[in-house]
Amino acid sequence: MWQYSDKVFEYFRNPKNLGEIENPDGRGEVGSDACGDLMQLTIKVDPKTKVITDAKFKTFGCASAIASASVLTELIIGKTIDEAMKITNEDIIKVLGGLPNAKIHCSVMGKEALEAAVNDYLGIEQKKFEHEEGKVICNCFGVTDKAIEKAIREHGITTVEEVTKYTKAGGACQSCHLDIQEIIDKIRLEGKK
Amino acid sequence: MKELIYLDNNATTRVDEEVINEMLPFFSEKYGNPSSMYPFALESKIPMEKAREQVAKFLNAARADEIVFTSCGTESDNMAILGILKAAPEKKHIITSAVEHQAIHTLVYRLEKEGYRVSKITVDEEGNLNLRQLREEICDDTALISIMWANNETGVLFPVKEIAEIAAEKEIPFHTDAVQAAGKVEIDVQKVGVDLLSISGHKIHATKGIGALYIKRGTRLRPLLIGGHQERARRAGTENVPGIIGLGKACELAGKFIDDEVHRVSRLRDKLEAGILEKISDTLVVGTRKLRTPNTTNIIFKYVEGEAILLMMADKGICASSGSACTSGSPEPSHVLSAMNVPLSVAHSAIRFSLSRFNTEAEIDYVIEQLPPIIERLREMSPLTPR
Repeated sequence: MWQYSDKVFEYFRNPKNLGEIENPDGRGEVGSDACGDLMQLTIKVDPKTKVITDAKFKTFGCASAIASASVLTELIIGKTIDEAMKITNEDIIKVLGGLPNAKIHCSVMGKEALEAAVNDYLGIEQKKFEHEEGKVICNCFGVTDKAIEKAIREHGITTVEEVTKYTKAGGACQSCHLDIQEIIDKIRLEGKK
Repeated sequence: MKELIYLDNNATTRVDEEVINEMLPFFSEKYGNPSSMYPFALESKIPMEKAREQVAKFLNAARADEIVFTSCGTESDNMAILGILKAAPEKKHIITSAVEHQAIHTLVYRLEKEGYRVSKITVDEEGNLNLRQLREEICDDTALISIMWANNETGVLFPVKEIAEIAAEKEIPFHTDAVQAAGKVEIDVQKVGVDLLSISGHKIHATKGIGALYIKRGTRLRPLLIGGHQERARRAGTENVPGIIGLGKACELAGKFIDDEVHRVSRLRDKLEAGILEKISDTLVVGTRKLRTPNTTNIIFKYVEGEAILLMMADKGICASSGSACTSGSPEPSHVLSAMNVPLSVAHSAIRFSLSRFNTEAEIDYVIEQLPPIIERLREMSPLTPR
């Protein structure tokens, strides 16, 4: 059981701004049901002032994904597009009174949903998520073995902590630490040959 | 109804009062080390050996000394696999299934990295094992076959007798993880012809921290824990006497209640399943409903995510579990459901209900009544729900 804050439970049980705006000015959808989370954000924007006048969300996901999306809508309503874009996932976490490490990606998804909705509003084509080559080692941040290897070689990394510092890999749930260590070991052995 | 409605018995179970009473004297009265050289030690040693006989009887082992006590199901599984591999270092091939518990699944993943070749026998969409593939994968290099008896997530039972026959024909040791089968279906190691079999105490109303491994006499196995001569040097470390006493009693009770499990518990499970399928649209059962443990059902609630369902059920005092990303600590969906070709889009929506002999009809009625509004509420929140 995750040790969620009371705030997370509060937003999960009684989410604010749940739903979908009819004919929205911007619509963002991020994540995918395949990876367990899907967040949809619709926004209304005042054409003159560029103020977000309304925002609604729908989420397929866990308690922290629902809570993060709800907090996001509260944070952006009343802000201009420029102001809203300055909101970070840490702002969402702060309102929620913290998130378990393995759930930080939920707040990241909130930030991404906002970017997607704003891009849609501005008419910018959504950047297609390009799959990096290699096998995903860190599922929390989607970091591949190739990316980790590259960082290790470029920075002469010898510890898991350093890998996290440079690539984020292993920074959340930590279940991939053994895999990261194995990559480090493999590269070190290569050096000895 | 405000009390706890515990439908997560494949995760762990309530310790039976009779088990606790049996254990109590071994904490502060008969606390001797069974290996010590004075009569006081016998006060724990003799009951410990009686417990070994109880476990042997429950599994219908030919001899009590075929039972080795361990600390948990995972240790039993690790001991079986690593012990066999160490005893046959020239062999580098392992056969297992694609739907094993993490104790096997992650272990063979590590062994693969160390250079072992691992064949994972596939299952069909209902979770049934592909026996033909098993026959085909066996080769001269095969060190062991480890295939579970009952699946923890779906309850699907594997044809262990046929697997044992195939293994015996090729003289390959066969280990089965029976952690989820014990107490739910009849276990007879001699009738099945298995070489090694793991059980866990806390899944059958004993305490956490105790397990056992059945090792058929004559099986070549190296120990995992090395040190003292306990368990005839097959598992060093001072014995968990109270845990062992409890496991013995729990096995005796499990044998006694097996008919109750098959009849009463399976009827309650069927009632729960039918009630949910009838009252909630877009639901389906994962795995075959023909050959499975009497206490388990795994149901997909389309368009909603598992953890969210669990937390809303928890608000109503109901405990169940999900193989979904968010609850297991790993963002990957259950490898069991993936192996069964359950689409990823619904694998996150699966909830496992697992009953025990302590569940009542009133509890099941309550759950059937409480679930529909929970699912309805979460479907309102989901962008996947068809409008």
